[in-house]
Amino acid sequence: MSNKSPTNPPARAPAGPAPLAGDFALRCTGLQRYLGQGEGRVHVLKGVSFEARRGQVYAIVGPSGCGKSTLLYLLGLLDQPDGGEIEINGQRMSNNDDLARTAARGAHIGFVFQFHFLMLEFTALENVMMPMRKLGRLPPPEMEARARMLLDSVGLGAKTHRLGTQLSGGEQQRVAVARALANQPSIILADEPTGNLDVKNSALVFDLLTRLAKDNGQAVILVTHNPEIAQRCDVTRPMRDGLFV
Amino acid sequence: MSPNLRIAFRFLTAKKRAMLMSLSCTVLGVGLFIVTQATTSGFEDFFVRTLLGTDGAMRIEDRKQSTLQSMEAAGGSGSHILQREGVKYIEGVEEPLLVKAAVRNFANVRGVSAVLRGNVQVTSPFKTEDAQIFGIKLDEHRLVSELERKITTPGGLGKFLESTSGVLVGRVLADRLQLSVNDSIVVNARGESRRYHVAAIYETGVRDIDKTRIYLDLGEARSLLRKPTGATFVQISLHEPKRAREEAAHMEDVLGHSVRPWQEREKEWLSVFRALKVSSAITVTVFTLIASLAMFNTLAMIVLEKTKDIAILRSMGYERRDITQIFLWQAAIVLAVGAVLGGLFGAAVTWGVSMVPLPINTLFKTETFIVSWSAWHYVQAIATAVVMVMIASLVPARRAARLEPGDIVRGTAQ
Repeated sequence: MSNKSPTNPPARAPAGPAPLAGDFALRCTGLQRYLGQGEGRVHVLKGVSFEARRGQVYAIVGPSGCGKSTLLYLLGLLDQPDGGEIEINGQRMSNNDDLARTAARGAHIGFVFQFHFLMLEFTALENVMMPMRKLGRLPPPEMEARARMLLDSVGLGAKTHRLGTQLSGGEQQRVAVARALANQPSIILADEPTGNLDVKNSALVFDLLTRLAKDNGQAVILVTHNPEIAQRCDVTRPMRDGLFV
Repeated sequence: MSPNLRIAFRFLTAKKRAMLMSLSCTVLGVGLFIVTQATTSGFEDFFVRTLLGTDGAMRIEDRKQSTLQSMEAAGGSGSHILQREGVKYIEGVEEPLLVKAAVRNFANVRGVSAVLRGNVQVTSPFKTEDAQIFGIKLDEHRLVSELERKITTPGGLGKFLESTSGVLVGRVLADRLQLSVNDSIVVNARGESRRYHVAAIYETGVRDIDKTRIYLDLGEARSLLRKPTGATFVQISLHEPKRAREEAAHMEDVLGHSVRPWQEREKEWLSVFRALKVSSAITVTVFTLIASLAMFNTLAMIVLEKTKDIAILRSMGYERRDITQIFLWQAAIVLAVGAVLGGLFGAAVTWGVSMVPLPINTLFKTETFIVSWSAWHYVQAIATAVVMVMIASLVPARRAARLEPGDIVRGTAQ
């Protein structure tokens, strides 16, 4: 299902019953962001508002430089906005210090980047266990069991002990998906997750991401240039010049 | 294993060449620090041991007497004012028994020996040489010197104890006079000649001692030198020779005699060793600087190459503190391995150096290079390496922690 949202704000909710406040995993209002300095300073985000419900897949589309990735990094608390508010699971995060934002990232957010971003000195299993080790919710044997289960579910059960360098691009991206799901985050943020993959692997990774997210009731927000991928998302939000259109 | 340590270990082992480079520098830094310390303090320690074993930790030499100046009071009252003018030194110790008894009350004192010294001429069948008689009570002198251990002829001090006509002659003097044990010599002092026999020959290794000193029983020396009372000096050994300065100052106040600690007595040579120490300190600082620069270089390189990984870790919830720790762990791993290998390397080279032939027989006697084996050198080397390498590692570690994950992912990280 594809929803085109011409207004800004608010984000248009997907079809179905009206959402309860607690259904929103992520909400932002009036996000402002400038990048660069001096004469090169650019107003990238000009008051963006957005909401994401659990179990829904959102696509943010738009031309290069419109602010999609910048928005994604702000929503993922990797960056700090110059104005506006971000709420994660009802908690205001935008003005928090680095420690609180880092803790929130570890507990509530999973990232999938365009260029896989695996740690190549580590095996697939270790890559998936890495966020779990930091969060420390599970004892090590359970961490390993969960990592194996996740790798199994992305079709890499037989390659758990391969180093990142011994995996193909598609396999690396599937490990990245498994890693993003490791701590059972409520939000998955994916920046061009299929941008570096062929058609077959793109479909595979997207299906995985959406299936696993829906199974676990996670909100998936992905930035993509791929219209076919965008078409298959529950909600599509086009952006231009730092605003949703 | 903590997650940060695990990551640090992998980062490090992934950069084998750079890691080996900084590891080698650390090993060299620690090892050469140890070798330099061992060789520098080896000679100094040996010199100090030698001088403590020959002339003791302190000597009480001259009696001090305050000198007074008298001034007539104004007004023709006939009264005089006495004013302390300075200190006059009266040569020798007039009451050695009293002084020895007083000295023994000091807790740090291990032994006390009164010595009577006098200039003599010694004649053997071969030639005549100038020498100095040192009259001693052997039982006392054993406690203040290592004379017993310096005897090089068979029989030790046995013959010296048997008869008061036995003398102990230094190795150099014995060679010059072509003397052996039991040979006779004639000692001429103050116009009187007496015959003695060589009871033993000693060798301290200090040429000035070995070529001039002849040890003789104190009673016999008094008779020969015609000094029935007093002593030239009182030699003292201490349990803690390093505290000789403080003890000497205290004794001077109590006894009214000048007391010279070994640090003052040998200050010229000790200042030479001090200069050597400063020189070696500069050298070892350079070694450890090289090690820390290598570590800095390796870590800075790893930070540059691992910015993407830093972003991944930060996106997964790793804090700035974790990133700092990961890089400091890398330095710590290199340091730990470098310290162990450096210690072994230092010990091996120190042992090798101690085998190098180096005959010296002037200031002290040795046949090989003298080294000092002290755990303290290893502790110092490792502590210096830890401080310098960790300081050098802090800069790249903190830089890594300051990187903003958003900037890295966007490709605008500085």
